[in-house]
Amino acid sequence: MSPATPRSAFWRGFFAALPFTIVVGPFGMLFGVVGAEAGLDVAQIMGFTVLVIAGASQFTALQLMQDNAPTLIVIASALAINLRMAMYSASFAPHLGAAPLWQRALIAYMNVDQTYALAINDYEAAPKQSTAAKAAFFFGASTPIIPIWIGASALGIVLGEAIPPALALDFAVPITFIALIAPALRTLAHVAAALTSIVMAILLAFLPWNLWLLFAGLAAMMVGAEVERRMGARP
Amino acid sequence: MNYSMTEIWIVILALGAGTFVIRISFLGILGDRALPVWVLRHLRYTAVGILPAMVTPLVLWPQATGGQMEAGRIAAAMLALAIGLWSKSAIWAIVVGMATLWGLGWLLG
Repeated sequence: MSPATPRSAFWRGFFAALPFTIVVGPFGMLFGVVGAEAGLDVAQIMGFTVLVIAGASQFTALQLMQDNAPTLIVIASALAINLRMAMYSASFAPHLGAAPLWQRALIAYMNVDQTYALAINDYEAAPKQSTAAKAAFFFGASTPIIPIWIGASALGIVLGEAIPPALALDFAVPITFIALIAPALRTLAHVAAALTSIVMAILLAFLPWNLWLLFAGLAAMMVGAEVERRMGARP
Repeated sequence: MNYSMTEIWIVILALGAGTFVIRISFLGILGDRALPVWVLRHLRYTAVGILPAMVTPLVLWPQATGGQMEAGRIAAAMLALAIGLWSKSAIWAIVVGMATLWGLGWLLG
């Protein structure tokens, strides 16, 4: 691959992210709908959406608040779901660690599952890109996804119950993740890691506070790394 | 929901700040320091290690059905994966996955 300029990397990221707007939109809308039904006002719903930008943890917080859980429990449980992002942060470090701090801060703010997976797929496929090009790819991927997430939540507040439940908007989430995983299954090691991840998620489902997710992720990473080591040099 | 305005905003601000700290953590502290080879080897499998685990309960025991397995959702997930693997294209995986779910939902009523 020819060395990518930051400009071309930005647009590559932008176009790679476009299909995901189909599913990020409905998911964002769903948060607006559920938030309004739960009795949050517009500023609070948008506060969640803009300041947190992490759908799964936002829904968890909402659900616990509807059960009137203590404030501290709400915060801790929702944060536990986002702990996976520390692993995302670590796996970005070798690629983006040399970027200026303000860029790393902006990347951190917009690092959601979709932008992360799109970017890391690209860095793995073309590791020799400059740091500037890698950062530009991330910003390109964020450009359609983040504003649509925020705008869709606002739309959800307005539309509210006009959205029929038969649309099964909740299922947009697993479908997006599957669409992110499938192209990443390039080697035997990646496939082994993904299978471990599924099996461990089932076996550890009884663990509280989303700990199952962290343990399943760690186990899958160990299996992936071990398969890669045994297969010899990196393909 | 029984929270004061202040309590709701405390949740929002704490969750926002905490999530940002989690996200910047390693990226902010490590900078461009070189990591050991074995650590890098593990980090390469972060995405394929975490995302399938997140998908599994959403497909097998979704909240929207009260935790009951549902043929439509499982079929939609399998088809989306198959199409994604075959076409290497996200858009077809998404389109086929959602179309299957809606189609089966309509057929099975």
